[in-house]
Amino acid sequence: MTARIGVVTFPGSLDDRDTQRAIRLAGAEPVALWHKDKDLHQVDAVVLPGGFSYGDYLRAGAISRFSPVMETVIEQAKAGLPVLGICNGFQILTEAHLLPGGMLGNDHLHFICRDQKLRVENAETAWTVDYEAGQEIHIPLKNMDGRYVADEYTLDKLEAEGRVAFRYVDFNPNGSLRDIAGITNEAGNVVGLMPHPEHATEPLIGTGRTDGLPFFTSILKKLVTA
Amino acid sequence: MSRTPLDTVENAAATPDVELPWAELGLKKDEYERVVEILGRRPTGAELAMYSVMWSEHCSYKSSKVHLRQFGEKAPQSDALLVGIGENAGVVDVGQGYAVTFKVESHNHPSYVEPYQGAATGVGGIVRDIIAMGARPVAVVDPLRFGAADHPDTKRVLPGVVAGIGGYGNCLGLPNIGGEVVFDACYQGNPLVNAGAIGVMRHEDIHLAKASGAGNKVILYGARTGGDGIGGASILASETFDDAKPSKRPAVQVGDPFQEKLLIECTLEAFKEKLVVGIQDLGAAGLSCATSELASNGSGGMRVTLDDVPLRDSTLSPEEILMSESQERMCAVVEPEKVERFLEICEKWDVIATVIGEVTDGDRLEIYWHGGKIVDVAPRTVAHDGPVYERPYARPDWQDALQADDANKLPRPATGEELKDQVLKLVASPNQASKKWITSQYDHFVQGNTVLAQPEDSGMIRIDEETGLGVAIATDGNGRYAKLDPYTGAQLALAEAYRNVATTGAKPLAVSDCLNFGSPEDPAVMWQFAEAIRGLADGCQQLGTPVTGGNVSLYNQTGEAAIHPTPVVAVLGVIDDVARRTPVAFQEEGHLLYLLGDTREEFGGSAWSQVVHDHLGGLPPKVDLERERLLGEILISASRDGMIDSAHDLSDGGLIQAVVESALLGGRGARLVVPDGLDAFTFCFSESAGRAVVAVPRSEEVRFNDMCGARGLPVTRIGVVDGESVELQGEFELSLEELRRAHEETIPALLK
Repeated sequence: MTARIGVVTFPGSLDDRDTQRAIRLAGAEPVALWHKDKDLHQVDAVVLPGGFSYGDYLRAGAISRFSPVMETVIEQAKAGLPVLGICNGFQILTEAHLLPGGMLGNDHLHFICRDQKLRVENAETAWTVDYEAGQEIHIPLKNMDGRYVADEYTLDKLEAEGRVAFRYVDFNPNGSLRDIAGITNEAGNVVGLMPHPEHATEPLIGTGRTDGLPFFTSILKKLVTA
Repeated sequence: MSRTPLDTVENAAATPDVELPWAELGLKKDEYERVVEILGRRPTGAELAMYSVMWSEHCSYKSSKVHLRQFGEKAPQSDALLVGIGENAGVVDVGQGYAVTFKVESHNHPSYVEPYQGAATGVGGIVRDIIAMGARPVAVVDPLRFGAADHPDTKRVLPGVVAGIGGYGNCLGLPNIGGEVVFDACYQGNPLVNAGAIGVMRHEDIHLAKASGAGNKVILYGARTGGDGIGGASILASETFDDAKPSKRPAVQVGDPFQEKLLIECTLEAFKEKLVVGIQDLGAAGLSCATSELASNGSGGMRVTLDDVPLRDSTLSPEEILMSESQERMCAVVEPEKVERFLEICEKWDVIATVIGEVTDGDRLEIYWHGGKIVDVAPRTVAHDGPVYERPYARPDWQDALQADDANKLPRPATGEELKDQVLKLVASPNQASKKWITSQYDHFVQGNTVLAQPEDSGMIRIDEETGLGVAIATDGNGRYAKLDPYTGAQLALAEAYRNVATTGAKPLAVSDCLNFGSPEDPAVMWQFAEAIRGLADGCQQLGTPVTGGNVSLYNQTGEAAIHPTPVVAVLGVIDDVARRTPVAFQEEGHLLYLLGDTREEFGGSAWSQVVHDHLGGLPPKVDLERERLLGEILISASRDGMIDSAHDLSDGGLIQAVVESALLGGRGARLVVPDGLDAFTFCFSESAGRAVVAVPRSEEVRFNDMCGARGLPVTRIGVVDGESVELQGEFELSLEELRRAHEETIPALLK
């Protein structure tokens, strides 16, 4: 038996098909979910992919958060359904208050696309068990609104609880507070990050690295052994 | 609100003496008289609007047509060509049942007026051309040219253009994999913003812009029609900028990439269900173009009710609706029984879709407004039978003096120290410097199929995950060469793009072009144009790569000063397995460096002559297309058989520029030796064509040399990949650190 992992397509999602490919490469079965459909079709986990859902109108992720599918995702995430938000997906997760804080425009005011070095700070979440804590990985980053912000209290709390899942190393590409690239909820089932692990899953393609594949093997391991 | 009575066809026939503003709409007197002659009466306002936009230079190619014919007449026999010139974009067979469509277009004038929106809508337009052929767009490329790098206005135009391309393309989910950025004072008031796109489909999915089958419905879908871009085609693209006239800002369109992304997905879904008989995107000249071209290419006529067009601004007149260049709109012809399903798909994607007319069994394009017939024309007269000009052309009187001003006679560096300084100056010059500041604002990774992206010699995309089949594209153009000799300059652009594709291991198949020139009303410019086309058509014939389509942009001049003639050539290639691709970066220490091809003293139009002497004169490098073909075959074979593990084409900046780029990208240095028969200066800076530098693993040395020897390609060992510096024995040594700073700091410093 393998795991069925849903990938939601919102209007303006861009990396939905790439994420499905990454799931397939990891050995799981990708399931396409549609934003207007509340039904998650019995998937075992959900990925909210990158893109510019609803054109980033109002604020990145602000409209998608109210789409029918998110009602179910929010409800089930609270009950333990593993959810990964990549880039725009991370923005949607913060808008949906499944993760604290929010994203502002990059401090240099430009879109940035680069091969980004990260440190895995928490290798115990549903999406990171195939990494070692402290491991340094390279994952492509590409966004306009990637500057993670939260109030000092929240940041301290995240740090104290080990909920900073990924941190930028050597270069902070967008001005994120405390170099935060990704975080997790308390239970470790909901994870969001700005870089794109689905774009680092095949040699030759993109940067040619496969440092992102463990995201998808982690969840498979978690689901299949659970 | 009261309006003047509707100018119907009936009204026009009854009031022959009414004065119409044909001159304001960009028509010449004899062109207006021709319209009257075609119709047998004065045109209605709506008809005048249609003729004026469709007969503009931008839409009708009236000055260029007589020359462009050569692309067809001299087209080489090619089994790969599935759809040629005349459709929205050409289509090429790449094997395994796949077809690829690609095209380059200009959005030069709007991008100068409003850099962000001008560049953004340029991307939007070319992508709709690709969708209209039935293909999923898979990548974009952007050949750009700006004024002097240190000119204050470049700081206004460049960041806006780059942000616009990124803002639109990134939002569509299209990887940006190639292009160029060139600075030259000649583009100061006329930046060139060319945009290219590639799409992939199965052979059976090819669609054409054709309205056939009486009773079939004409569906307009996508964005509502607004007042933006009205007259854009006729006024903006076809007239020289002049300070004395009022601002043309309102004539630039505004783009919404989110709407376009929905349009892509919705169109592809409709194609998948085989719901579409014919399709056309709405670009320049909007509905005027889409209705007249669909009808003209089809078998019957068309009747359109303009009242049904969804509007963003309810006060628009019918003339304005016909001329509006509002973005993100397409027009499909659908059989009546499939209309419901088509509309359902549009609704699924939240795309507005409206039946605005139908195909008739007549031969007229009839358009109605408020019950009155305001257009009644033979569609061909609007779409295809526009004026054709045999513009006078003459070799300019300054050409001889320019060519006599020989760059080979310029003072050369006398010592190794001077040579070193000039190398450093060259790699730091704006044209040779790293463009990372620009390309990092584009998404290269989306879709997860990008094998190579800039600064590689060509961009490469995997199109089949199972077999590894891929396509490569390179765009090149050197206005300095073309100014010295437009015929040779166009061939050099072709040769370079061809070489760039082959260098990455792909086989060149077909060509698209974007021909950027000054005013066709100047005989000197017209001569440059005619020569460039003759050169390109001859070159494509010799290389066996047909021109599949392209774009002409004229009137790129400010006052009397035209830009350098700038033919930009895109070459598309195919590679059986992307795993065999060859990158630019040095991969491993100890690999041997070989120079392929002949190096001559050729400095006319060179980067060295520009950077060190601010000079443009003499003759451009010689072109030998048979040599280019041989070099290409060697590079492709060597890549397929694993004989080389990096390769870089030599072009502007010469060998030293190429070696420095390979070294910096690979993080590995090189030790070089000047080969017998060459001096250090010529070795470093010559821009002789038909050359590449390759790195060969020692285990492959014999096999590689044997292959070159057997095929008769000159091959010279010039050094080895080694160390933390680029060293030319007995001349100079430059550390990678020093080179990196010089190469990477220039552009950010200029644009800060």
